[in-house]
Amino acid sequence: MIDAVVQHLPAWQVVLPLLGAPICILLRRPAWAWAWTVLVTWATAACAAVLLRTTLDGGPWIYEMGGWPSPIGIVYRVDPLAAFVLLIVSGVGAVVSLYARRSLTAELQTTRHDLYYAAYLLCLAGLLGMTITGDAFNVFVFLEISSLASYVLVGLGPDRRALTAAYRYLIAGALGGTFILIGIGLAYQMTGTLNMDDLAQRLPPVSHSRTVLVSFAFITVGASLKLALWPLHHWLPNAYTYAPSVTSAFISATSTKVMVYVLARFAFGIYGEPFAFEELGLGRPLLVLALSGIYVASAVAIFQTDVKRLLAYSSVAQIGYMILGISLATPAGVAAGVLHLFNHAVTKGGMFLAVGAMAYRTGSTRLEDLRGVGRVMPVSTLAFVLGGFGLIGVPLTAGFVTKWALLEALWAEGLWPVAIAVLLSSLLAVVYVGKVVETAWFHEPSEALRARAEAPVDLLLPAWILVGLSLIFGVWGAWTTGVAREAALRLLGGA
Amino acid sequence: MDVVAHWNHWVVVVLMMTGFYVIMARSNLVKKILGLNVLQAAVILMYVTMGKVEGGTAAIYLEDPHAAHHGEAEHGDGHEDDEHHDDGGHHDAPQAHATRPVTYSNPVPHVLMLTAIVVGVATTALGLALVVRIHEAFGTIEEDDLLDLEEGGG
Repeated sequence: MIDAVVQHLPAWQVVLPLLGAPICILLRRPAWAWAWTVLVTWATAACAAVLLRTTLDGGPWIYEMGGWPSPIGIVYRVDPLAAFVLLIVSGVGAVVSLYARRSLTAELQTTRHDLYYAAYLLCLAGLLGMTITGDAFNVFVFLEISSLASYVLVGLGPDRRALTAAYRYLIAGALGGTFILIGIGLAYQMTGTLNMDDLAQRLPPVSHSRTVLVSFAFITVGASLKLALWPLHHWLPNAYTYAPSVTSAFISATSTKVMVYVLARFAFGIYGEPFAFEELGLGRPLLVLALSGIYVASAVAIFQTDVKRLLAYSSVAQIGYMILGISLATPAGVAAGVLHLFNHAVTKGGMFLAVGAMAYRTGSTRLEDLRGVGRVMPVSTLAFVLGGFGLIGVPLTAGFVTKWALLEALWAEGLWPVAIAVLLSSLLAVVYVGKVVETAWFHEPSEALRARAEAPVDLLLPAWILVGLSLIFGVWGAWTTGVAREAALRLLGGA
Repeated sequence: MDVVAHWNHWVVVVLMMTGFYVIMARSNLVKKILGLNVLQAAVILMYVTMGKVEGGTAAIYLEDPHAAHHGEAEHGDGHEDDEHHDDGGHHDAPQAHATRPVTYSNPVPHVLMLTAIVVGVATTALGLALVVRIHEAFGTIEEDDLLDLEEGGG
């Protein structure tokens, strides 16, 4: 019995949430559907943890779906990088699911809760599938599963603007997905295979054809649109702002991260570093876009009057750091980018949960309504502030570990002006985090706010788990750094 | 570059850009969805085009019934293989038969497009559902009016 589970672990990873989703609808009652969601997400996270342990010890795990060997069947391919991203996504999914029950009661009619949980699990299944699969077309299919589910998750927000945000997200997402589909099609046309390992072998000999060039261009632009690389980020701020708190935390911590992974997988694992970076010189444009994104989005974040929107723009900036690391195409740079996937996921996820806790009591995420909230709700505000330190990159937070790794990688490449620019960009984060801290703590709370109590424990606990993780891995960053380095080495080694 | 020989691809490019333009330039939310559909149709045509082999027929098994029967037997073996999880050897036995007299077009892109069509239908349905809800909530489906309304607050 145990054997059957362990032997088919890569399949369970995706099948659990995928089949768990319709069961939510059958359970109907909010409490039951929620309990089931928690059960499924934690089981999924456990799968990912075991997979990561297994792959760190050995080579990549090629799992043949249904026992069909690779040219005919679809394979799942778990290497340390994939397993690491799987753990991030399913781990955040598990922690956020604890939060969902109470947060949703304030934001969504109870008759729709089961549908929400179903969409939540489908989104999780799609994200995990995209990460684990070793088949290029399968990436597209899972991409659309997760995207369609996340449009629903966003559209169920309490504000009517959630609908328009979801619509714009849908248009941008469908466009990005279609671009990726075109790219995969052109690559298939040149190689006759969709298996990632086979593609990686057959693409270099034909890489001088225009078809391969165009296919890579479509995939890069499509993935950049979906991961909200500046200036293709316009769908993101509204989607994060008006979505339910649970969605904001879950999507911000997972969906863009998986797309960064997909971009890295295609650029390094399939088209190969020599083609994408040495021949085409993808590194420099990515570096410029990432750096501009960091500065422009951070600057825009400073002027926001809504905390969730502020965090959304900060996310665009933080994605810049990930892409900056990847654009170096060195093991150290990619490792820094991968490391930031984890560090930013726990930090930003925790912050969105903390803001959700404030919104649960105050009914608003606008700065003017949160004046003095720090005195009324000190525990949730402290979680937000500690997360904010992570965004700035204060020592002893996970954000610092990434910044350090990124600076080292930039320095090793002799890109010291960029390294200085990265350091200075932290000042912008100081301003926008500081603005929230100032509003929350250095103002007298209004009469209405004074009547509120601290958020309930079931909201505080998940927020503190994620923020706590960002602190734990800030102090004890050796493990995450080691895994990220191993993952980057194997990715660049073409293994 | 022979225009006539690449006729299908020209149609693909024109359709693709038409769809893309409609998505970008139209303010009406329903028309944007239509643009998306045109774009997706272009992709479907592109895939179907690449599957066509010169002189090839539809991918329907045309060999004599005896060979087909044999193929099925092999298929059964394949299933036993699953349980043992034996990675060695056994590469798709039916293809290892003597060369076929018939040329087939590649069916794989068609199959892929079946999936893409399903995805397209789902996206369209969800998009239109959102448009209905937007119309209920805002009373308009023109992007410009929506932007004005949104700035005025929820």
